[in-house]
Amino acid sequence: MQKQRLVVVGNGMAPGRALERLFEAAPDAYDVTIFNAEPRVNYDRIMLSPVLSGEKTFEEIVIHGDGWYIDHGVTLYKGHKITAIDRAARTVTSEHGVVAPYDKLIIATGSVPTIIPVPGHKLAGVLTYRDLDDVDAMLLAAKGRGRAVVIGGGLLGLEAAAGLKQQGMDVTVLHLMPTLMERQLDPNAGYLLQKAVQARGIDVITRANTKEIVGTDPALGPPRVKAVRLDDGTEIEASIVVMAAGIRPNAALAKDAGLTINRGIVVTPDMRTSDPDIFALGECAEASNQVFGLVAPLYEMANVVAAQLAGTSDAAFSPSATATKLKVTGINLFSAGDFAEAPDREEIVLRDAARNVYKRLVLKDDKLLGVVMYGDTSDGAWFFDLLKRQADVSELRETLIFGQSYAGGAPLDPMAAVAALPDEAEICGCNGICKGRIVSAIKDKGLSSLDDVRAHTKASASCGSCTGLVEQVMKLTLGDAYNPAAVQPMCGCTGHGHDDVRRLIVAKELKSIPAVLQELEWSTSNGCAKCRPALNYYLLATWPLDYRDDSQSRFINERVHANIQKDGTFSVVPRMWGGLTTANELRAIADVVDKFRIPTVKVTGGQRIDMLGVKKDDLPAVWADLNKAGMVSGAAYAKGLRTVKTCVGSDWCRFGTQDSTGLGVKLEKHLWGSWTPAKVKLAVSGCPRNCAEATCKDVGIICVDSGYEIHIGGAAGLDIKGTEVLGHSTTQEETVEIVAAIVQLYREQGRYLERIYKWMKRVGLDSIRAQALDDTEKRAALVARFALSQQSAQVDPWRERTEGKEAHEFRPLADLTRLEAAE
Amino acid sequence: MNMQHSNWIDVGALEDIPKLGARLVKTPRGCLALFRTDADEVFALDDKCPHKGGPLSQGIVHGKSVTCPLHNWVISLETGAACGADEGTTATHKVRIEAGRLLLDATSLAPSSAR
Ligand code: SRM
Ligand SMILES: Cc1cc2nc3c(=O)[nH]c(=O)nc-3n(C[C@H](O)[C@H](O)[C@H](O)COP(=O)(O)OP(=O)(O)OC[C@H]3O[C@@H](n4cnc5c(N)ncnc54)[C@H](O)[C@@H]3O)c2cc1C
Ligand code: SF4
Ligand code: FES
Repeated sequence: MQKQRLVVVGNGMAPGRALERLFEAAPDAYDVTIFNAEPRVNYDRIMLSPVLSGEKTFEEIVIHGDGWYIDHGVTLYKGHKITAIDRAARTVTSEHGVVAPYDKLIIATGSVPTIIPVPGHKLAGVLTYRDLDDVDAMLLAAKGRGRAVVIGGGLLGLEAAAGLKQQGMDVTVLHLMPTLMERQLDPNAGYLLQKAVQARGIDVITRANTKEIVGTDPALGPPRVKAVRLDDGTEIEASIVVMAAGIRPNAALAKDAGLTINRGIVVTPDMRTSDPDIFALGECAEASNQVFGLVAPLYEMANVVAAQLAGTSDAAFSPSATATKLKVTGINLFSAGDFAEAPDREEIVLRDAARNVYKRLVLKDDKLLGVVMYGDTSDGAWFFDLLKRQADVSELRETLIFGQSYAGGAPLDPMAAVAALPDEAEICGCNGICKGRIVSAIKDKGLSSLDDVRAHTKASASCGSCTGLVEQVMKLTLGDAYNPAAVQPMCGCTGHGHDDVRRLIVAKELKSIPAVLQELEWSTSNGCAKCRPALNYYLLATWPLDYRDDSQSRFINERVHANIQKDGTFSVVPRMWGGLTTANELRAIADVVDKFRIPTVKVTGGQRIDMLGVKKDDLPAVWADLNKAGMVSGAAYAKGLRTVKTCVGSDWCRFGTQDSTGLGVKLEKHLWGSWTPAKVKLAVSGCPRNCAEATCKDVGIICVDSGYEIHIGGAAGLDIKGTEVLGHSTTQEETVEIVAAIVQLYREQGRYLERIYKWMKRVGLDSIRAQALDDTEKRAALVARFALSQQSAQVDPWRERTEGKEAHEFRPLADLTRLEAAE
Repeated sequence: MNMQHSNWIDVGALEDIPKLGARLVKTPRGCLALFRTDADEVFALDDKCPHKGGPLSQGIVHGKSVTCPLHNWVISLETGAACGADEGTTATHKVRIEAGRLLLDATSLAPSSAR
């Protein structure tokens, strides 16, 4: 009997498996011819990363050596790309002119890597990561050392990055999304992964939008990659750029042949394309509206194709869940199934920050739907099996998260975060006392009470904000012999108090909200409306240059830089420095009020003008007009500097001793834009008659003949408090410096929403005076830290928004009010 | 049951709503707020707090809840009900995500609601 002719286009992992199965089932049914664009035999593409890192050689990852093809009578054309399929004539033609007739055809052309079409993407030195040639190109480039920039922080990108690093290159990974591998990992696991990647010395920039690949000067020879430029202007030098920004099914050949194409080559469950004699197999195929990028489902497809070719006509492919692992030695992660939250799903989360372990199971109707694991993935296979079998886990539920071998197990240690701190971690900032000093003092001197520890080490003896931490260190050292006083937790999401969280943010160098939630073992997945704004402030105040403000963690007023009113409209208050205004400003305000039909205009209790009832959509336009007249946001909504009230002072007043108006303006210009734990209001009065009401402000200045009396800790809201005198200064410059030091100290020690008078009550006027006034060195350091954070804070938020920042806030997503007209 | 395909109206892309944020959709029966959680689920609620009508779209989103910006009631995005001791419920609407697009069920949005 004449054998049927089977032709295969592509010699990747999927057809390799299909042929193995076919030869088992029907060894003599077909004469097989394979055309492969790659000039080599079938190899394990998955293992390219170990080849790149040097852990394996190419020979070790070959699946079918040349002998296999000979044994099975297969003709393999290496380096022959098929350029046309003639379905009428039933032939394929290769680029070198070989024509082969077929009875049955398998298209297994795999995927093509996505190349982001930014300027410069065609330069020499821009590589992809798909086959052995790419690996060879990278290995060659690595010989020259230099920096590799990898675009894409998914599985491929990270494997490429790790391999290149191991080959001695400096590596930067650019990732468009906020967290790495976001398709396989939730943000918590993505955060841990980023930490681990960075710990290997690989730079990671998230939210990085590549704008251009810069080439060398063409005058110096054929241009090649020199740097990568991001849309925010950052430029990163690069001797190679690896694009690992995704793949798409390679369906061009099938399309030209007139087969049905969607994202991939469309196949029915029997793996046949729209032409029943042609199968599509592997990453190029689209089955049940899905395309696939992992081998497990491709191997299932391969089984179906083999069975169909061998005559089993009921063999059918149905996609099942897939699992992902990252093949970077030392990084353990596992993800499988669908792990998105949804109303009818439940989740079980385990975090063990000290061991960098995170596990999350997503359940629905007592069945496992998704698994994300970081750190300890030993139970991955077990969970995946439960998931694929859709086993009922209600019996196991209590202990499910602990894995297969769970037998008892102790509850998590609530003090793990403090236990994990190294001995050098600073516990008491005021006195520079580290954890090791406290531990050894307790042990060596047999201390057992907080007062003793304070007396001997000075830890928590100044502002006291680290008391909670000191007590935890004592508890860790002394065990049950010590029972710390209860700390008021920040909110229901955590057992930590405000001060402990602040201290741990510094000690553990936590720089994002997910980092804090993970490391400090929050019990909710993304906090609540109480803790998130507080954490956002703490991070901003601690890392003024690095931290990226999280607008979704801000109260609406601070998010859109206007005050929300009871009817959902907003009020707008521009700054009037020190209460001064001009005819021009007043005219601009009048014009804005007319133009936008603003219903109410009122003089505030803070010496400026409030426009109330502005529609949210109008805000950017209103601000644009006010900006044009030179006005900026008055921050009447901010946990930050509000107003600096002044009186007319020596310029006009018959009693004035100093230029109180001028000093007020100076102070406001120096302090505006700063974020603080709660609002901050100042006033400067020109004499002790105190017309600016300075003695009920957070910081008040009373001018006297000999200079300036500095007052602090007043309030006239829920509580009425007269200020206390902090000290005296002789010049305006010195006054500004002392006030900046006070504000910075408050920024560093104040708990979120704690006004200055409450902070002062807690830490004591003496402690503030000592640091912000008397100790000139400390004062200078506070002033310098304040100046540093002001560099990035003194930007008018209104201007940024009129220029388009956060535009989504001010526009509806869709307008369906004319719905009837639509359909 | 939703047999008619035309009930689902495309109102934008998932990416148009910031994570842990909200956007408004204007409809003949008032504004709806579309919320996106950290895990990329989307929920649609009337933009009206059951307490005093506060604009929920302006609140802080956490887990599957939003905290109203006016007086801090916490409203469940799944059910529209106030959490904890507070009582009241906001109407919810059907929304689904398909290939990154947001599809809103328009049956309940006609001007004279027949709910
Ligand atoms: C507009 C204004 C009233 C006015 O028409 O004059 C005002 C309006 C509001 N005040 Fe005030 N306060 C205004 C001057 C004051 C003053 C007087 C002053 O600053 O000299 C005080 C007493 C001084 C003080 O702060 O100690 C004052 C003490 C408060 C308090 C109590 C604060 C406290 O810690 O005890 C609150 C409530 C809060 O902040 O939690 C508050 C809160 C508010 C809020 C922000 C209520 C809110 O959260 O929505 C009001 C916003 C209205 C709006 O949308 O514009 N307002 N508020 C004044 C704006 C000043 C400005 O130009 O920025
Ligand atoms: C670095 C790397 C790491 C990976 N890690 C994993 C992993 O950990 N786990 C996992 O499950 N998957 C992983 N994958 C994905 C996995 O390798 C692929 O899903 C799988 O190899 C796809 O098999 P395929 O047969 O469909 O296509 P391919 O293996 O891509 O084979 C297609 C072949 O067809 C050839 N070809 C294309 N067009 C023509 C033409 N016109 N004529 C002739 N020949 C043609 C190509 O040259 C290629 O050799 C990884 C992939 C890479 C690149
Ligand atoms: S504070 Fe004294 S000097 Fe200044 S305006 Fe009032 S009365 Fe005049
Ligand atoms: S209106 Fe929402 S809490 Fe009052």
